Amino acid sequence: MQSVQVIAITFSLSILIAIVDLIRRGRLKEQYSLLWLASSGVLLFLSIWRGLLDKMAQLVGVAYPPSLLFLIAFIFLLLIVLHFSVIISSLSEKNKKLAQEIGLLKALIEKKRFDAERSDD
Amino acid sequence: MNKILVIIPAYNEGANIEGVISAVRRDVPYADIVVINDGSTDATSCIAKGLSSSIIDLPYNMGIGAAMQTGYRYADMLGYDIAIQVDGDGQHPAHQIDRLIAPLFEGKTDVVIGSRFLGEGDYVPSLARSIGIRIFSLILSVITWQRVTDPTSGFRALSKEAITFLARNYPEDYPEVEAIVLLRKAGFRITEVPVRMEARLWGKSSITYPKALYYMVKVLLAVFVDLLKKVER
Repeated sequence: MQSVQVIAITFSLSILIAIVDLIRRGRLKEQYSLLWLASSGVLLFLSIWRGLLDKMAQLVGVAYPPSLLFLIAFIFLLLIVLHFSVIISSLSEKNKKLAQEIGLLKALIEKKRFDAERSDD
Repeated sequence: MNKILVIIPAYNEGANIEGVISAVRRDVPYADIVVINDGSTDATSCIAKGLSSSIIDLPYNMGIGAAMQTGYRYADMLGYDIAIQVDGDGQHPAHQIDRLIAPLFEGKTDVVIGSRFLGEGDYVPSLARSIGIRIFSLILSVITWQRVTDPTSGFRALSKEAITFLARNYPEDYPEVEAIVLLRKAGFRITEVPVRMEARLWGKSSITYPKALYYMVKVLLAVFVDLLKKVER
């Protein structure tokens, strides 16, 4: 086994373990962990099964097969970041709605109180 | 009897807000007023409350777009027939409101924009601003297929249907230009009437010179994105 393969296996295995641990301790929600799990799983799989990696590299014309791992990791990272951007957008939209709703509710309560005071007089 | 609401968005307008509210009360006594306090750190909220007008205090500074949308949601929720947006800085004279809402009463249009460039008043913008407004005006005129002379004007009046639409869809950062595109895409009729505007009573406009270019690029980009967006009425 080449040292590059050992490094690749160690690296992807530790990421996978870290992610599983984060999920287990409830620090990472399942819905946000899917892409992470998939990416570390695929990287681990390809690091172990050298034959498949070599074939894939040949197929896409990459001269040095381990560098294909970088490409795959990069594509997964792009997907993860894009996923986050979508989530942030939806969160900020929800946050805006909540804040507006709070403002509207406070104003309505104030109005009710004001009307009640006026009818008391 | 039409229910009419004047929406006044205000961010740190402690020096101007009293004048704006009392001018609207004096000149448009038949309208209700709601002040949207966009997380001001000064006395804006206290002053508005002291004048016993309705006020919506947003929990943090959300930006003019979110603040205006809150106003439209309020108008929509309470079933107002006409909403008028008047800046909290005093540049939109209240005595021009009658003029702004007249076309709505005639039922000829859904949205009325007060334009500074239709012969009324003597407003002359700085060179940079003038170029910016011209570019927007040109682009919007092409997109909307009608003449839009003052696309950045925030002095507007809207019908009930347009209120409901904007309560659901309102652009965020610098919303005036984008709102025109969205309204037009949704099939609303837009009319401009000539108005005279004042210089700000006190303090600086929210658009400063270094921000102008960023503003231009961002709004242009947003307008083109709006063209691609699905708009549901």
